Amino acid sequence: MSRQDVLVTADWAEKNLGTDGIVFVEVDEDTTAYDGGHLPGAVKINWTTELQDPVRRDIVNKEQFEQLLSSKGIADDDLVVLYGGNNNWFAAYAYWEFKLYGHEGVKLLDGGRKKWELDGRTLTTDEVSRPSTSYTAKDADLTIRAFRDEVIDSIGAKNLVDVRSPDEFSGKILAPAHLPQEQSQRPGHIPTAINVPWSKAANEDGTFKSDDDLRELYGEAGLDGSRPTIAYCRIGERSSHTWVVLRELLGHSDVKNYDGSWTEYGSLIGVPIELGTGAR
Amino acid sequence: MCAAPDQSVTLPAGTDLTKETVLAGRVLASGSPVAGAFVRLLDGTGEFTAEVVASASGDFRFFAAPGTWTLRALSRSGNGEAVLTADGPGLHTTELAVA
Repeated sequence: MSRQDVLVTADWAEKNLGTDGIVFVEVDEDTTAYDGGHLPGAVKINWTTELQDPVRRDIVNKEQFEQLLSSKGIADDDLVVLYGGNNNWFAAYAYWEFKLYGHEGVKLLDGGRKKWELDGRTLTTDEVSRPSTSYTAKDADLTIRAFRDEVIDSIGAKNLVDVRSPDEFSGKILAPAHLPQEQSQRPGHIPTAINVPWSKAANEDGTFKSDDDLRELYGEAGLDGSRPTIAYCRIGERSSHTWVVLRELLGHSDVKNYDGSWTEYGSLIGVPIELGTGAR
Repeated sequence: MCAAPDQSVTLPAGTDLTKETVLAGRVLASGSPVAGAFVRLLDGTGEFTAEVVASASGDFRFFAAPGTWTLRALSRSGNGEAVLTADGPGLHTTELAVA
């Protein structure tokens, strides 16, 4: 994979709005941003209600994913360009889920909504409707998804990358600082995890840093590129951002996203937890 | 809990200001509120901690911990920074000018 296989620039996106075979999709947890103005022709996916099972805590299954994409008018061979707010966190999560279900043609709009807005590019409230399709997904590719038992077995064996903020990592707070602090879990991090906040991989405008800067970042943090890696955060969306960086931009071969992340791990009975700044 | 809660001066029901440290303020350009600015919370070492989008009235807020924080706003009207020190739990407010 190289950068142009994974990302599109805002300039490219602007030139390709309305092109047959290219579907722009805005992904957010709160779709009021989309409703207030979106890229012309873009459809919306709600992270909370459409990419996750409405009852069980899990991502949607293959059949639900097929129904979702069919209803959005996305075909198997469409190039899907994902973008969203929060520096593309939820778009990156959707990217990971599209890859999990075998959708080959998927890219991220570098910089997401933020760069698009800061650039003053066109947003519209025009309703978008696409004729439904009959989408066929592949079986879930579990080589990119980690579950809790594997995470526990990985302590001291694989790279564990905690991409939350330093205060979440050390156990000072339980959720990012723009959220009320939920108290359902124990604070801290998985022993042996290194802390490389997702934000270090992004520029201020939401674009990804250069490949050279990214290599230097994870090299200095002590990530051993020859070993398998599991990335986690609180609920699996920020770690999707880092998953995109490590597997898709830097081309590490064995990188999994632990979407259960801290809200699962920090609630498990009896698992080891480390407090403070960690070994590094 | 949402990752993009509504930003407003009214705190969510149940916010306990004897326990929570809330940083809040308004983004202004030449004294007028700037809607939709991207407000970034940086910790004492300049490390990014969180980001929100200011409301239509330019308001933003963060749930943080006591300490010294830098607030940095990016907008079509320009960028700007302000430093806010929270000596303990409670509501700590600042204006954040962009130019």
